[in-house]
Amino acid sequence: MSDDQNLETPAPEGRAPLTLINVREGLFGAKGDTSGYDGLIQHVQMPGASERPYGEWFDGVVDVLTELLGDDADEAIEYVVVDRGELTLYIAREHLLAVAQHLRDDQDLRFEMCLGVSGVHYPADTGRELHAVYPMQSVTHNRRLRLEVAVPDGDSHIPSITSIYPMNNWHERETWDFFGIIFDGHPSLARIEMPDDWVGHPQRKDYPLGGIPVEYKGAEIPSPDERRQYR
Amino acid sequence: MSTDTKATGPFVEDPDVPEYTVYGSDWSEVAAEAARLGQQRIVMNMGPQHPSTHGVLRVMLELEGEIVTEARAGIGYLHTGIEKNMEFRTWTQGVTFCTRMDYVASMTQELAYCLGIEKLLGITDDIPERASVLRVLMAELTRIGSHLVAVGTGGNELGATTIMTTAFVAREETFRVIEAISGLRTNNAYIRPGGVAQGLPEGGVEMIRAMIPKVKEGLDELALLQIENPILKGRLKNVATMNLSACMALGITGPILRSTGLPYDLRKAEPYCGYETYDFQVPTSTDNDAWSRMVIRMEECYESLKIVAQCADRLEKMGDGPVMVEDKKIAWPAQLSIGGDGQGNSPEHIKHIMGESMEALIHHFKLVTEGFDVPAGQVYQAIEGPKGLLGVHLVSDGGTKPWRAHFRDPGFNNLQALSIMAQGGQMADVVVAIASIDMVLGGVDR
Repeated sequence: MSDDQNLETPAPEGRAPLTLINVREGLFGAKGDTSGYDGLIQHVQMPGASERPYGEWFDGVVDVLTELLGDDADEAIEYVVVDRGELTLYIAREHLLAVAQHLRDDQDLRFEMCLGVSGVHYPADTGRELHAVYPMQSVTHNRRLRLEVAVPDGDSHIPSITSIYPMNNWHERETWDFFGIIFDGHPSLARIEMPDDWVGHPQRKDYPLGGIPVEYKGAEIPSPDERRQYR
Repeated sequence: MSTDTKATGPFVEDPDVPEYTVYGSDWSEVAAEAARLGQQRIVMNMGPQHPSTHGVLRVMLELEGEIVTEARAGIGYLHTGIEKNMEFRTWTQGVTFCTRMDYVASMTQELAYCLGIEKLLGITDDIPERASVLRVLMAELTRIGSHLVAVGTGGNELGATTIMTTAFVAREETFRVIEAISGLRTNNAYIRPGGVAQGLPEGGVEMIRAMIPKVKEGLDELALLQIENPILKGRLKNVATMNLSACMALGITGPILRSTGLPYDLRKAEPYCGYETYDFQVPTSTDNDAWSRMVIRMEECYESLKIVAQCADRLEKMGDGPVMVEDKKIAWPAQLSIGGDGQGNSPEHIKHIMGESMEALIHHFKLVTEGFDVPAGQVYQAIEGPKGLLGVHLVSDGGTKPWRAHFRDPGFNNLQALSIMAQGGQMADVVVAIASIDMVLGGVDR
């Protein structure tokens, strides 16, 4: 991995910074430079914003969406990433409902299905700790794209898209249950997998995996999240 | 009857509405008692321990006589935190975890997960063709097994035990082949990042060919039992109906969507593992009901058998060869055989690392204990599972373990349709609706 990738790259003017996935530290975490001169700290980031042309059908879809959003487009679409043949649109939460409505209703977009919402927790990404990832499926055009909405940990509110995509009802409950993202406007945002009176949101990174040490032939093996391990 | 509310608290949070908690008694007595008291609202709990809910599912039913006015599903009883656990294991170890989600179709999750990792690594095109054929073979055998369980238990839940035993006998034939190839009947951990754990054993092709007519025989027998059966027809036809627009609104995929006439199958729409090169049909129906879903599942089994036969031909033609990518930084030892300790081992590999090359031993140790690095980024991989679209969202932070692994289990999504299917129908038809959704709670709850 080159040094450039390890450094935090400045965000484009007026745009949100790239997703900082993790900050790796120490002998067992940091990869790449093992001389120690970088303090064994490595910043791992998501692939950055892509420049046009995006390729395949991606340009067309972004163009149509930009046109439909009108003046809001610049604000709504934070940036566009094309990576590994997949299109990701980073969307500002204020405009998520408008974007979802256009994606479903416009005949050139027609993403009829939202395949749920997957939460991801990036504790190192200050101000954008919690991400909600919506895979959108178009059966008509046989396409798939990804919407990603990032919110800060202290203010983890995202509008619910169940009014547009009713199938997301349980998926949003799951993401609330596991990550504590509050989907405003959801008809019944109750826990779905954990018991109703559960405290905490288990799939966040600050929530321990749990487990107990096990004794084997006189030696004590720590629980999986306590073991010394390469990350 | 008593008015105490027990541990779960009142279902209706209105002190003016009396609530009756009933523990097992004759239903007509309960109904008569409720009618005598002028109590209009009867809420019944079906499950979580109920033989007809396909697993540990709780269904809350509001009844008016025998008619269901409201149905809600309560899930979470089988939540085991598999996704969280996967974040603490290497990418390869993750296979062992995700195979236990939908345990009736184990290798479906393995396949989606491994295809996702390969996309992250950018090695999708490097997978040996032999491995892809074996993956297709296993995916289709798994599909047959899953559909047979769906149809079989569906019949059993209606009281037709013979349908279940016939289906399970046929499924056992697929398991024999799966076991001979992977070493295990279910929870196989056979499909690995970069390929599969091992190639065909000696006589594998003949074994597959010998299995096909046996499974076909089982399917024929099952079809004879079912297709002209007046009782089954009466129970399934025009029951648990759901049309195309309802399916699209609720994101339903798989046989339920295809029962509305939309031939949406990811094996055709978005082929993976070379599915575009196989000859098979996508059965559909326009009846929208539980009957058509059952028939579609049966027809899909026949189509899968066609694919299995094509896999056997290809494997025979290809002969021996690698079943794992060449990149030694990723490839775990493949071509395993069962050792004296009952574990899968590769004698040749052991000979090499223990007797010939110190460096190979170090490499093996590092690869297996530490794992391989996956470049940072995220991918979404969707495949056509037996129950519908199975999606995997993977995020890597450039390390040896997933930063996040999320599975969109088709059953989790499709179970949302239970309310639409069951409301307004007979209470007995709730069982039919659940069976026609065909979810496995291990996958729903993960």
